[in-house]
Amino acid sequence: MQLEYFLLLAAALFCIGIYGLINSRNAVRVLMSIELLLNAVNLNLMAFSNFLDSTAIKGQVFTVFVIAVAAAEAAVGLAIVLAIYRNRDTVDMEQFNLLKW
Amino acid sequence: MNLAEGVQLVSFVILAVMMIGSALGVVLLSNVVYSAFLLAGVFVSLAGMYLLLNADFVAAAQLLIYVGAVNVLILFAIMLVNKRQDFTPFPTAWVRKALTAVVSAGLFALLSAMVLATPWSRSAATPVTNPIVAIAQHFFSDFLLPFELASILLLVAMVGAIILARREYLPEQITPSELPQTVLTLPERPRELIPAGSEKE
Repeated sequence: MQLEYFLLLAAALFCIGIYGLINSRNAVRVLMSIELLLNAVNLNLMAFSNFLDSTAIKGQVFTVFVIAVAAAEAAVGLAIVLAIYRNRDTVDMEQFNLLKW
Repeated sequence: MNLAEGVQLVSFVILAVMMIGSALGVVLLSNVVYSAFLLAGVFVSLAGMYLLLNADFVAAAQLLIYVGAVNVLILFAIMLVNKRQDFTPFPTAWVRKALTAVVSAGLFALLSAMVLATPWSRSAATPVTNPIVAIAQHFFSDFLLPFELASILLLVAMVGAIILARREYLPEQITPSELPQTVLTLPERPRELIPAGSEKE
């Protein structure tokens, strides 16, 4: 097993997440794309932790922190989506222009 | 991981194909419910990757937190929000899709060139036999402050999610005498009462 395989896989997952983040019209799908991005970063951290730092596995510690932050982000993000849906009656990202001047 | 090299390679290829296919499905499928279930596929295959990387604790945490909590939360949000509407297409959508595809492919090419060109300094040490003990020692010695801050962050996120997602307060329709009397009650719009037993004969 090579380190490069995992890094290439994480890069592919990250690029798919960026494509979905920009092109999604549904707000919930945007949050799913953010989860994909965070998971790609996690895979990078775990690969480095196993192959470059296998005695003091600090990458796994960082991965646990990223998982905790991602869970908090998902809860708050979905609550925001629910609040906007209640006010605007849509989940279309093109119609969310509350902060646009 | 004391598996043979060939077994590891085959399971890596299977997990990688499953992960990339599910991620493309999450992004490209038109039905958002299918996307949510395919996102669970991505999370499960990532947990398998973590097992291949000698991290059983993080693999279990990935399964419990992502598949068990975050994905269920996303499914609940889809059910609460699910409005069968067709988004009105706008004429320059293909420009954005093409530009994003080009940028993503370029970023992937750049990252893979960097990965393949860098001489990584592998550590020759054998991996730790019990990762849970090592992680716990990190958590309670040199990562103690971030560990405690994570608990504060989760508490703040929980309170914030409850405040954001509750039914909104309409102050102009409520006279001061109707305001809640207890300190711990948040003012919110009264829910519509459904008469009990209306469906039965």
